[in-house]
Amino acid sequence: MSPLLQTIIITVVVLLVLMTIAANLIWVERRMLALWQDRLGPNRVGPLGLVQVVADMVKIFFKEDWIPKFADRPVFFIAPTIVIITVLMSFAVIPFAPGISVVNLNVGLLFFLAMSSLGVYSVVLGGWSSNNKYSLLGSLRAAAQMISYEVFMGLSLMGVVILAGSFNLNDIVEAQGRITWFFIPQILGFFVFFLAGIAETHRLPFDLPEAESELISGFHSEYSGMKFGMFFVGEYLGITLISSMIVTLFFGGWLGPSFLPPVVWFLLKMAVFILIFVLLRAALPRPRYDQLMSYGWKFLLPLSLLNLVVTGLVVLLLK
Amino acid sequence: MNALFYIASVVAIAATIMVITRLNSIHALLYLIVSLLSVAVIFFLLGAPFVAALEVIVYAGAIMVLFVFVVMMLNLGPQTVEQESRWFNPKIWIGPAALSAILIAEFIYVLISHGRQNLDTRMINPKQVGFSLFSTYLLGVELASMLLLAGIIGAYHLGRRKEAVFHRYFRRPDALYERLHPKEENKIDENGLKAGDKPLSKTNVSGMKQKKSERGEL
Repeated sequence: MSPLLQTIIITVVVLLVLMTIAANLIWVERRMLALWQDRLGPNRVGPLGLVQVVADMVKIFFKEDWIPKFADRPVFFIAPTIVIITVLMSFAVIPFAPGISVVNLNVGLLFFLAMSSLGVYSVVLGGWSSNNKYSLLGSLRAAAQMISYEVFMGLSLMGVVILAGSFNLNDIVEAQGRITWFFIPQILGFFVFFLAGIAETHRLPFDLPEAESELISGFHSEYSGMKFGMFFVGEYLGITLISSMIVTLFFGGWLGPSFLPPVVWFLLKMAVFILIFVLLRAALPRPRYDQLMSYGWKFLLPLSLLNLVVTGLVVLLLK
Repeated sequence: MNALFYIASVVAIAATIMVITRLNSIHALLYLIVSLLSVAVIFFLLGAPFVAALEVIVYAGAIMVLFVFVVMMLNLGPQTVEQESRWFNPKIWIGPAALSAILIAEFIYVLISHGRQNLDTRMINPKQVGFSLFSTYLLGVELASMLLLAGIIGAYHLGRRKEAVFHRYFRRPDALYERLHPKEENKIDENGLKAGDKPLSKTNVSGMKQKKSERGEL
């Protein structure tokens, strides 16, 4: 099999699997929230309500796709696509199993950070082009929040880079096979990255850009139909991305006892973190906006700097 | 490889021209982002993936977001677009454009007369960049860090809190307040306001405090 054909097959399979996961996460999230809140959740359409996703998709495709007259049309149009494109591009560097990744980039981790920093534009431009006070407030919040949490996100990963000695995600996973899973030496880094990941995907408890009680769902309140659906799917893709990055960087990626194939290990670990994301939504209230920002700059930034310095020191001493 | 380089360059130039000619500032910024991304692609093709990634993270992902943020805060309406279109007439731009055209022609002539050179696509990995930054270019790194330190100190000074206000009922008298008002004035009345709140709100620049005192008087 030629390498080009192999790359194309891997790309298509990864895309299909991701879109399936993202769509079914809607059902998973609603059922799990219901379970944790002592309700039933959607259980009517098909066995266990599994076909609910199809029903939702059909409905959302047939909704009127309305663009407000006062909106900035071209920007309004491209804003929802940016989130999908950047998140799907980030998946290109993630190794799902030995040899199964779309591209083996030697700056893979930086590529992930670059794509997640470009993802901010989706929310910012969506809110601005809606030409609506609440949307603008939401996107201002999103811009400030995501710019701040990107800083800690990048810094918290540098400890992993020091331990593995590479930005290549394949090398990082292999280094975890040699040393140990990085969440043990990098517990602080894992903690900061996890919180920054929640803020980057603006999920509850850090969903202040779309706080529906104050901002009427913020940056996407003017969106309808499939454009809204793209923000929605983008959010679930974002959760999947952050979960797979946590697995790759801190929990040994595809590594695991050999009675299951590596891909299955990867997907199982990813599923655990996705469920933690859902549980957080069920369990925690939203903080105030200034609390979120001061928590980030006054607690997480010093913590990630400390983690970086201590990791560097220990690695130098052990050499 | 050459073809990819030229495609990226054409995109960069076209996007930059669009940046200059757009009347709506957000649209101009969007084209600027495209231009930065294509420069990142050029860096990648020339064998500097680390610089390409940093270009996207720092320029396209952080600095430009702040630009967009500020322009959004300014809330420019359709009248600014009109103003821009009035400023953007040939009388203003034809002079500098002609002078720049002369320089470009000169530059192209120099490039042609030097003959063609093939792209040297040797991959420079992040480790090599780090080594040269902390050996050959150490002085530059130190100077840049001093510049950043100045920026951080400035930001700290601007963002310093005058007073920690959790709620107006739990307000603590700060140093400035004490200097402006003698001790006996420093009592709290039944509204939770101190006697000298009005002069304080005028002398103190902290907007937060001013708002609180106004709300208390209503």
